Amino acid sequence: MAVADTFPRETGSNIPLKVKLARAERGRKLKALGLVLPLFLFVVITFLGPLVMMVFKSVQNEETFGRLNRTSEALAGWDGADVPEEAAFAALAADLKDAQEQRTAGEIAKRINYEFAGAQSKFKSIARKVTTMATGPYKETFVAADKVWGDPRLWRAIKGASGRFTSYYWLSAVDLRLGADGIEKAPADQSVFLDVYGRTFWIAGLVTMFTLLLGFPVAYLLATQPPSRANLLMIFVMLPFWTSLLVRTTAWFVLLRTEGPLNDLADLILGMRFDMIFTRFGTILAMTHIQLPFTLLPIFSVMKTIPASHVRAARSLGAGPFEAFWKVYFPQTVPGIAAGCLLTFILSLGYYITPALVGGPKDQMVSYYVSYYMNNIINFGQASALGATLLVITMVLYWAYNKLVGIDKMKLG
Amino acid sequence: MKKTLLIGGLIAAVGVTGLFAGVPAKADGALTITSWGGAYQESQRKAYYEPYSKEKGVKITEEEYDGELGKLKAMKDANSVTWDVIDVDSAHALAGCDEGLLAKLDYSKIGDKDKFLPGTALDCAVGTIAYSTIFAFNADVYKDNQPSSLMDLFDTKKYPGKRALLKKPFGNLEWALIADGVPAADVYKTLETPEGVDRAFKKLDTIKKDVVWWEAGAQPPELLANGEVVMTSAWNGRIGNAIKEGKNFKIVWDYQEFDWDFWVIPEGAKNTEGAYDFIKFASDPKNMSQQSKYIAYAPTHKDAIALVDPKIAPTLPTFPDNMKTAIATDLQFWADNNEELTKRFNAWLAQ
Repeated sequence: MAVADTFPRETGSNIPLKVKLARAERGRKLKALGLVLPLFLFVVITFLGPLVMMVFKSVQNEETFGRLNRTSEALAGWDGADVPEEAAFAALAADLKDAQEQRTAGEIAKRINYEFAGAQSKFKSIARKVTTMATGPYKETFVAADKVWGDPRLWRAIKGASGRFTSYYWLSAVDLRLGADGIEKAPADQSVFLDVYGRTFWIAGLVTMFTLLLGFPVAYLLATQPPSRANLLMIFVMLPFWTSLLVRTTAWFVLLRTEGPLNDLADLILGMRFDMIFTRFGTILAMTHIQLPFTLLPIFSVMKTIPASHVRAARSLGAGPFEAFWKVYFPQTVPGIAAGCLLTFILSLGYYITPALVGGPKDQMVSYYVSYYMNNIINFGQASALGATLLVITMVLYWAYNKLVGIDKMKLG
Repeated sequence: MKKTLLIGGLIAAVGVTGLFAGVPAKADGALTITSWGGAYQESQRKAYYEPYSKEKGVKITEEEYDGELGKLKAMKDANSVTWDVIDVDSAHALAGCDEGLLAKLDYSKIGDKDKFLPGTALDCAVGTIAYSTIFAFNADVYKDNQPSSLMDLFDTKKYPGKRALLKKPFGNLEWALIADGVPAADVYKTLETPEGVDRAFKKLDTIKKDVVWWEAGAQPPELLANGEVVMTSAWNGRIGNAIKEGKNFKIVWDYQEFDWDFWVIPEGAKNTEGAYDFIKFASDPKNMSQQSKYIAYAPTHKDAIALVDPKIAPTLPTFPDNMKTAIATDLQFWADNNEELTKRFNAWLAQ
């Protein structure tokens, strides 16, 4: 219908056919765009927008930018080696007077405290003090109030936080910091995140591997059974899939408890109880269970498309059962394996609730710390930098995966 | 057919934008109150929410949290604060006030400022209860020779079994130092030095493999009840209520960490007048004295203390016998060092 309507019928007009065709095509393109637009808007509003905002939060000095303008100007020519001159102190005093009035001194103090532990109380008390002072000299008053004001390290932190952008959150997300002579490693007792990333990828990798080991034979069984039996078996696979993630995690929590049914059974048979809850073992077990259908289903649908005659042909040409499977059948399932494993791996990277409920403190993944910095410490910058770093690492891995496996070879069925 | 699809697409697009157009406005006068959930919120429901709703005909919507003011900041940044009244602990009351998350209170709308216990009538927060962090044990496990001092929490030889602690450095570092022999008065002086912090973590190291970490106030009594741990740190009222429900738990008051909870009104709240009216109701001595009936926390209004049932008094953290070795947490210290110590705590947990 569409083709008949839009194709030019008369050739007598002096408008070239090409232009007419382009016009007709434009209308169709607009209509097609109208169909895609809702999804496009949805993605932009709910996904891309927040993502860009998140990245901005991780590089901006939201708490301090614009509130320390005078200090920033006064420190512009400062070399960072010695205590700055009276002018810088006076500028900071003026900025703090304004901040105290606008109730922003607390936020400034908190921001500086990220980079210089202990600065918070010093800032708050000096901010209260300067509001009672009409004139200087400020330097003496500051240093007399607390000798920390004579520490160039504090002033470097102030200078770093007074600009519009900061590298602090990103550096901190990979356990680095800005020292006197450029970027350096954070001290061991302040280094958490590299370990957390390593753990996140290790857990996601293990879960992917286990779902593949368990899912592949099941997918094969499902694909080769007659439909009536396969459908019944499929329900067993799908049933947990239809249950809420939280419900399944809570079920594992109950099962794995020291006084739970599994341990009661172990106690009855072996006369001992095992540590399963709040452990890495419990986390991987629960996550593998939850992720199993995600790995299994793509493999299954690819297997369904492989004609049984291929293996029969291989067998009749003299291949052994293993050879026929390995050389003829298995290579054809690789696109499904690739799709299923990638799906599970990337979903596993973002796990939060399962490790939080059944894992111990050593099993918490990146999302836990994102939530921790968001909710408990109220340090949105750090939370954003952690999330963004995870995104970057995941994209690099995806790129490498694409180079190795080839994303176009991936098949969901 | 093309047309219907196009129209369908447009309707969908309008629908999607409509989703973000705004949250429906609240009914007039309704209040949203956020508190710490579990037995504590239950006690507030009976003492304040229900009587207030009945008397004033105001609908109260309850929300629960674990002290995460991050949500409040996100709401404030988005200019849509949906909470009207929040119950916060003192650390959050001070930090939230400094960071401009909480509104400065007008005491003329609440009551006489001098009638509140010293330290509970703050710029942005008015005290509602005194609570404390104690440790409790399962008396079914330890029948004789029961734990009685803080040292016993750290003594896994004499009292084997798992224990649960709050998953924060706050409070734990203090206990670790005291258990290691630091006099209570010198705890924060010691924690100010790097050696002092090392010492606290070293002491925690000795029980680390036996510790399960809790995050929400409702967890400790559950962990004790289902046998996951044999002793746990907890907020005293939570254990008190479990005992009332028939659990055989016992509280050890030695070096209890004493603290307050406050009512606050967030900056940008939609129903400030209603919030003041509720806080005034909840701070009325007669109403305030009711809460102790439902949970073992003590009132902050001087006139309410006299109205508390004397039978309940020994279960409250303010009872003289319970206060003998009590320590007050130094909020200034934690405001300065929480970020760094938390990072170190997390690094230590991951080791």
